[in-house]
Amino acid sequence: MATLLKADPTFYPSPKLAMQAPPETVAYAVIVNPGKGPDGLAVLDADAASAGYGKVISSLTMPNSGDELHHFGWNACSSALCPYAAHPHIERRYLLVPGLRSSRIYVIDTKPDGRALKIVKTVEAQEIANRAGYSRPHTTHCGPDGIYVSALGGPDGDGPGGIFILDHNTFEVRGRWELDRGPQHLAYDFWWHLGYDTLLTSEWGTPKMVEDGVNPEILLKGGYGHQIHVWDLPKRRHRQAIDLGPEQQMVLELRPAHDPTRAYGFVGVVTSLKDLSASVWTWYLEGGTWKVRKVIEIPAEPADPKQLPPLLQGFKAVPPLVTDINLSLDDRFLYVSCWGTGQFLQYDVSDPFNPRQTGSVHLGGIVRRAAHPDSGPLNGGPQMVEVSREGKRVYLSNGLYNSWDDQFYPDGLKGWIVRLDADPAGGLSIDRRFLVQSEQRYHQIHLEGGDASSDSYCFA
Amino acid sequence: MTRWWWPWGVLVLLGAYHGLNPGMGWLFAVARGLQERRRAALWQSFLPIAIGHEAAIGAVVVLVAFAQLVIAPQALRAGGAGLLLAFAGYRIYRQQAHPRGFGMRVGLRGLFGWSFLMSSAHGAGLMLVPILLSLPPSGANQDLGLVAYAAGLSPWEGLLAATLHTAALLAVMALVAVVVYERYGVAFLRRAWLNVDLIWTIALLGAALVTLFT
Repeated sequence: MATLLKADPTFYPSPKLAMQAPPETVAYAVIVNPGKGPDGLAVLDADAASAGYGKVISSLTMPNSGDELHHFGWNACSSALCPYAAHPHIERRYLLVPGLRSSRIYVIDTKPDGRALKIVKTVEAQEIANRAGYSRPHTTHCGPDGIYVSALGGPDGDGPGGIFILDHNTFEVRGRWELDRGPQHLAYDFWWHLGYDTLLTSEWGTPKMVEDGVNPEILLKGGYGHQIHVWDLPKRRHRQAIDLGPEQQMVLELRPAHDPTRAYGFVGVVTSLKDLSASVWTWYLEGGTWKVRKVIEIPAEPADPKQLPPLLQGFKAVPPLVTDINLSLDDRFLYVSCWGTGQFLQYDVSDPFNPRQTGSVHLGGIVRRAAHPDSGPLNGGPQMVEVSREGKRVYLSNGLYNSWDDQFYPDGLKGWIVRLDADPAGGLSIDRRFLVQSEQRYHQIHLEGGDASSDSYCFA
Repeated sequence: MTRWWWPWGVLVLLGAYHGLNPGMGWLFAVARGLQERRRAALWQSFLPIAIGHEAAIGAVVVLVAFAQLVIAPQALRAGGAGLLLAFAGYRIYRQQAHPRGFGMRVGLRGLFGWSFLMSSAHGAGLMLVPILLSLPPSGANQDLGLVAYAAGLSPWEGLLAATLHTAALLAVMALVAVVVYERYGVAFLRRAWLNVDLIWTIALLGAALVTLFT
């Protein structure tokens, strides 16, 4: 792998400095192709001055079918500047794209031409199983000392899920991350507070609990994840389990404050068994102990059962289903996707315990089917969110996970990607020029040079 | 005995070079100060980092001193050169190598351990081998006219070499860290962080040649 003579220019010591980065000219979005051939990775034109703005420039098709590509991440990012394991002359160059179903990880080269991607290596499921004992890779984060990847479970489809490490030079699986996992069994997302040597993980379900769709029996018993786990990052040990309550089902996206001196963050809960509401919680450090408090609750909306998929007809309501959240680099705005009701919300979280709603947009939704100004009715809802580094642009896609898409949108979810403009003072508006629609589905989006969920920082 | 001072001068320059390298200490000190938002956290970092470095150098000095007692000078030079070459080769093979298992909250003992490992893995001590071998034999041996392999480093000379080198590192590291922390901030790293490791690898190769041919 090439070594640079100067630090990679896309690495920034602090989130504040990263906000001065030039705007992205391309965005990368995962293409999911349910039952119709291989998945892929699309390159979108994000340069507002370009004639092709808001359109797909090219797409890379994977060599296999049925991967179910989902989340992805960079081989290296601003954390390479962290002083205790500095290696800033590595290039931000490769996208690591795991297949959530196949457990393969594609290593995709974005250079020399970020618009013409190619696969340079494939990490096979067998290597992950042999060296780490894990399967179904989900989140990847470029860490200060390696690439961290979370996995939903083991090769047999049961738990425990956890984290494994890839070498950032060779992309070989280095092994399981946890030395002592304590009571942790379910896994999903993870991220960290580098300034506090602390890693957090969240809980969804084991592969067997999620792969055939949401299982109402497990759900009604409160069997999906309802905890977050706190870990000592350098010592790789479990420190604390925090239970949000068994009625809080599926604790997904973790968004710690980007400022490494701040010890708080936000996590979204998909649904509550009590009233189908969704919620966002703030975790925080107090007197050496991590605590959590519910700060946003979004109620379910009553609905005519005839407009609902079979799964929800008995409830006579649409659950908001908060499936993704994202935090701007200045830790000021929190974005919340309600995939069920088709609402996308912006909150001012300057006071992390008292979020104030500052923006809302409707797109899709199980009942509402809200249209983009230039589209007919949309299905699916705001799901994966990505925020540009200076915080002025927000990208949304609508796919969740194939078997779940089919349960909640049984008419056949059709993919779309839109871009919103975020007012620095608060407020959201739809960018009319940016609309991608397809028979395929789209999942996570990342931006050229980094974005609000790709990098972590060791300096305030 | 002209230019008796040159090995000492090189020792100081190499120490200063480590002091300038962001990956060897000053940046960690600055990060700790920024993270804890207190100047004391910055100042407290210097000594553990310096002592860790001195320990790594000291280990090599002791090895060289013992080796001089039992190995003929020419063989020692060849062996030292071989080690330097092998180490430079390893650094070319693993260009992005860095320690693992550390974090922002390692504490002072952790800083010492980190600095010891970092300096060892960097070959900071190994780099001094040609210089240690060039230091004039200790006075007592000279008086007796013993110029064969008994004429090695005295313990005092070794300690002085390691300490002088580390003092240069400490002075430069502290100066850079304080100026960055108090005045400039870390933004300039984006442009100014040259690949000093690459230069260092070339220097290791140079040191191997010097050892072999002087």
